[in-house]
Amino acid sequence: MCGIVGLFLKDTSLQPELGSMLTQMLVTMTDRGPDSAGIAIYGAEVPGQSRLTVQSDNAQHDFETLAADLSRALGEPVTQRVNGSHAVLSLSRDKSAAARELIRTLRPDIRVMSDGDVIEIYKETGLPEDVATRLSLARMGGTHGVGHTRMATESAVTTEGAHPFSTGSDQCLVHNGSLSNHNALRRRLTREGIRIESMNDTEVGAGYLTWKMREGATLGEALESSLADLDGFFTFVVGTKDGFGVVRDPIACKPAVMAETEQYVAFGSEYRALVSLPGIETARVWEPEPATVYFWKH
Amino acid sequence: MQQYDLEADGLRGLNAALQAQTAGPEQTAWEVLNPRGSHAIAVGLNAPLEVTVRGPAGYYCGGMNQQATVRVQGSAGPGVAENMMSGRVIIEGDASQYAGATGHGGLLVIKGNASSRCGISMKGIDIVVHGNIGHMSAFMAQAGSLVVCGDAGDALGDSIYEARLFVRGSVKSLGTDCVEKEMRPEHLEILAGLLERAESDAKPEEFRRYGSARKLYNFDVDHADEY
Repeated sequence: MCGIVGLFLKDTSLQPELGSMLTQMLVTMTDRGPDSAGIAIYGAEVPGQSRLTVQSDNAQHDFETLAADLSRALGEPVTQRVNGSHAVLSLSRDKSAAARELIRTLRPDIRVMSDGDVIEIYKETGLPEDVATRLSLARMGGTHGVGHTRMATESAVTTEGAHPFSTGSDQCLVHNGSLSNHNALRRRLTREGIRIESMNDTEVGAGYLTWKMREGATLGEALESSLADLDGFFTFVVGTKDGFGVVRDPIACKPAVMAETEQYVAFGSEYRALVSLPGIETARVWEPEPATVYFWKH
Repeated sequence: MQQYDLEADGLRGLNAALQAQTAGPEQTAWEVLNPRGSHAIAVGLNAPLEVTVRGPAGYYCGGMNQQATVRVQGSAGPGVAENMMSGRVIIEGDASQYAGATGHGGLLVIKGNASSRCGISMKGIDIVVHGNIGHMSAFMAQAGSLVVCGDAGDALGDSIYEARLFVRGSVKSLGTDCVEKEMRPEHLEILAGLLERAESDAKPEEFRRYGSARKLYNFDVDHADEY
């Protein structure tokens, strides 16, 4: 099964509420995915700065001097904001790739959830409500975000197997379904230099989109070509720095419902995920068509 | 009129109360408040009840219905009126995928659009959709009528048996063994009756009829070598 939620705000006055709206949506999808939960949230940009979101099973020990150690190695200031098992490192944009490499040697057990100018990804195993509480997801603000509740089929119930997946700067993907050609595609993408870190099928889907966009495709074009190159069942919701997209495979077994008002565009695996949104009673509510790419941009 | 607040009192209580109304029900009119997209609202009913759901319903609303009339004042999720035996289910908004799947009887009316696989494997149910339907509708449909006042998606009536399909608008493509058929007076009569019962003012003459070419479901001994 799995549950997906997504929210793209048009009304900037709602931005401080993004986390609480998305969390409420996420928790309603618990019975579609009680194994793990995660969200990607796109926050405010700080000029010249980018951020790395990292996760550790031994957060206190791993994060204690992480910013200082990185700062020393990079010769640049690095600031750190710890949030439970996750921490967000802020540093100058041109040091982001170097920092990612350094983390691998300085703290080999840390997982990098995301990197980019505005994206932060938080994910853990456990009931969505518990995950949301532990990470105070409801207190976060931002411009748009996606969330996922997981019922695992293709790989183990671990933090690495939870969604969203990010294989490129400020990019993320959540998925309901299963891909059947992910092993062959993983080998091909790895040869192309795309970073894929787990055995999960969705991460391959994310890597595929990253690869297409690296080769010059727009997100819309990358989603369009995924319809030909990915085999299996999928409803995808993707996030980029300034946008939010949806595509379903041509068979479209995996459910999807969308709502749009003057204030937002919202996605839910079911209508239940949308019931608490403001003005939902009068929103335009529809089921996205199979094999059709939908995309909104700020 | 009995009122039931689904949010306050829970789903099991609702279905237990409705299913307890069997022969000679005392309370025939029910109103379900705050459905908020909940699943399995008013399923397994077997009495001439009038149930009105005030808002959108989730998966499997009105499933396995016998005798009752279930009216949803909103949209319905996947599998509405699945395996209905008799009675009526009316959706004022849109319905999601596989509406009326495997239904044996009764009437399903969708005032908005239906999604993919509408009437899949229908076995005698009548379905009237005021709007459009999605792909693979009436797949392996065996009996009953599917009436579409708008357009039909890809592969309509694939592997169809003896169900009747009536479409007023365009058909994106017909499925295997589904063909257009002559509209005879008896079909116009059936269609007129269904449209009237479904509160549609569409004219029967505006529709085209589709059905089985009957080439697929009989084993042809000349093809024995192909298996």
